[in-house]
Amino acid sequence: MNKVESKQISKCYHCGENCIDSTIYFDKKEFCCEGCKTVYDLLSENDLCEYYDLNNKPGTSLKSGIRQNKFDYLDDIQVQQQIIQFSDGGISTAVFYVPQIHCSSCIYLLENLYKLKAGILRSNVNFQKRDVAITFDNKIITLREVVETMSIIGYEPKINLNDLERKEKRSHLSRYYLKIGIAFFAFGNMMLLSFPEYFGISSFAESNYRQFFGYMNFLLALPVTFYCASEFFVSAWNGIRHRVSNMDIPIALGIAVMFLRSSYEIFFTGGAGYFDTLGSLVLLMLIGRLFQNKSYDSMSFERDYKSYFPVSVTVVTNNEEKNIPLNKLKVGDTTLIRNEELIPADSILLSSEADIDYSFVTGESRPVHKSQGESIFAGGKIIGAAANFLVSKEVSHSYLTQLWNDESFEKDNNKTITTMATNVSRYFTPTVIIIAIAAFGYWINSDVDKAINAFTSMLIITCPCALALSSPFTFGNVIRILGRNKIYLKSAIVVEKVAKISAVVFDKTGTITDTKKSFVTFSGNPLSVQDYALIKSLVRHSSHPLSKKIYEFLPETTIINTQDFKEITGKGIEGWIDETHVKVGSAKFVGIETRASDDLSSIVHVSFDKNYKGYFSVKNVYRVGFDAVIQVLKAKFKVFILSGDNAAERQHLSQYIDDDQLIFNQSPTDKLKFMKTHQSTGMNIMMVGDGLNDAGALRQANVGISISDDVNNFSPACDAIIDASQFKNIPKLIQFSLNAKTIVFISFVISIAYNILGTFFAVQGTMSPLIAAILMPISSVTILLFTTLSTILIGKRMGLG
Amino acid sequence: MSALFILIGFSLSLAIGFLVAFLWSVKSGQFDDDYTPSVRILFEQKQNNNSDKNKN
Repeated sequence: MNKVESKQISKCYHCGENCIDSTIYFDKKEFCCEGCKTVYDLLSENDLCEYYDLNNKPGTSLKSGIRQNKFDYLDDIQVQQQIIQFSDGGISTAVFYVPQIHCSSCIYLLENLYKLKAGILRSNVNFQKRDVAITFDNKIITLREVVETMSIIGYEPKINLNDLERKEKRSHLSRYYLKIGIAFFAFGNMMLLSFPEYFGISSFAESNYRQFFGYMNFLLALPVTFYCASEFFVSAWNGIRHRVSNMDIPIALGIAVMFLRSSYEIFFTGGAGYFDTLGSLVLLMLIGRLFQNKSYDSMSFERDYKSYFPVSVTVVTNNEEKNIPLNKLKVGDTTLIRNEELIPADSILLSSEADIDYSFVTGESRPVHKSQGESIFAGGKIIGAAANFLVSKEVSHSYLTQLWNDESFEKDNNKTITTMATNVSRYFTPTVIIIAIAAFGYWINSDVDKAINAFTSMLIITCPCALALSSPFTFGNVIRILGRNKIYLKSAIVVEKVAKISAVVFDKTGTITDTKKSFVTFSGNPLSVQDYALIKSLVRHSSHPLSKKIYEFLPETTIINTQDFKEITGKGIEGWIDETHVKVGSAKFVGIETRASDDLSSIVHVSFDKNYKGYFSVKNVYRVGFDAVIQVLKAKFKVFILSGDNAAERQHLSQYIDDDQLIFNQSPTDKLKFMKTHQSTGMNIMMVGDGLNDAGALRQANVGISISDDVNNFSPACDAIIDASQFKNIPKLIQFSLNAKTIVFISFVISIAYNILGTFFAVQGTMSPLIAAILMPISSVTILLFTTLSTILIGKRMGLG
Repeated sequence: MSALFILIGFSLSLAIGFLVAFLWSVKSGQFDDDYTPSVRILFEQKQNNNSDKNKN
């Protein structure tokens, strides 16, 4: 049978992937696999084909298929209770995280789930959080069936330990929206009621309207002071109690004095008070807080190993398979881990062999081959045939997971850093109070009223609203600009932390190397076009990463049918093509002697009918712009490379970085220790890593940055997530942060200048409410404009648009 | 001049009305997701049952 297919490769109507193995024709459409066809069939049966009209080929590939009893653990009552958010016995609601959501078709299909399966009542997608809330009828459908329905159509929810333990966090921003709404309402009305005062209408001053307007202002100021501004008082009180100076102390002082003096004036002296100014200040500062706290909804910066680990694991007892929740797994249990599943605890391999992919942990996507009796670290994924393991350590005490028992995971890193604002407030508050007391002392002998007036005016006019707005607006804007460039910072404080670093540490595999690309070469007898066709036809059947890389490397040729294809785990693949027996794999597999110098994992040998043809060598490539990044960083900082691998790349890397700053064979705990020892010498370290093995170092480092190919997916706890394509922009991130610091410094100077001007009026004891009402908002608006415009300008100039 | 008291009363109650509407919209989660509804409105409501009468 020498049938040569010379047709062009077609794309699947459902998922858009190339139909490699065989194309299934159904309803005049092409599908790459049975799974995709089934989904199409199901959707067209239920009249949901709009799914395909909204976007071209929107589906997810279903080639890997879904295992029968994968979701058995969802029948467990305890697990159910953790997942279901609301239940009144009959009707339940559960929220699932579905990272596959990527387009309007996804929203369409998931919101029409009720048409697919009876019992599902309603589903509601939140696109930005990539989650879907499903309400279903317990009597008709179980939680497991809901999840299975979603999996069948290619939207398998990600359910992991972390989600189960996490308490539902309500959007913290809605509190700010409420407060800002109220403050805005009160401020607007107070300003209207104060207009007659501003214009100094003389007939007004004597009329009883003045009294009435004052009372109205007082009423409007009550919710502003006691609800909207409450967090400034709380934060100031915390600062005083712990004897740390913070910016909220002078703010709270200013607000309190403003409220008390205005109330006194209105009720006892018939004055106008400063309530309108109070309203505008609180409003502006709340907007600043909102800006500061806005973060990326769909991203998580707090993941630990629990986000990666499964909820349940299959345990074999007396030849019986049973799914148990992971937290009930004990030392001595025998687990059965299937293709694509994660090994949850350090174990000993019981099956004869297994291929394990440690890409979560190390960033290296090439599977490691293990044989019976070897001990296996947790965190690896099984590739290919299922295998049995004997659990040798508890989940939380395994080699990798014990990292999270380290003390550095307990303390809150952000508490220990002193921000620029804190530093300024350390001098600001005492200075203001001293000047206020001095003014009081100066006037007290001649005019008691004036003395009190000067004292309170001083505290009011120097309320550091503009000062407090400088950092939130600058850093908030920096975060927004960086976010547009796929550099996502966790919070505003990260910008300040980046501006302080003195050393940069890189992980190697997956961080500075690009796991998606590789450099493939062939050594041996030159290959003919026919040889290319033979090899390419064979490797396209294998899902092994090396096979895929060789497939991509070989030039386009005709694809020939393969007979008797066999894949032997950890050894290689073979098959009959065009009456040639093609073998691709390890040296032993194709039948030649191994040379010891070879790096086995990246050499793939080829033989045709037992004739050795040569080998492919697959090498890692460094990310685009790697040498430029290192050159720029080396000029300003100490640069280290910290690798978990052996020193094979030392020679290559030493042309970029001094030999003593290349450190190999580092375990996850070693990396954490490296941070600690270097920090104790006064270094401020930025760690750039990717896998879970960097999690400790990322946490301990002053700034932890995680590189990720898919920012919504996998990244350990860190301060910032950078899309892998933006690796080259790391120096820009640092430079931009330094510039932002300068902007904040200049705005501090501007706002202090305004304060000095205010002090000039205040100490004379003649400050009118009108001056406060003009000067204070204007200073805030100046800062707002200055910080926003200058960050945009600098961003543009740095090419960050 | 007492008309002023009534007018202020009107304007305040109007503003309070808007404030309450805003607070309600925040509480009911209308600001939680500002993307999905914009897509949702574009889906056609082609249903087989009778609830489709007002479509022409």
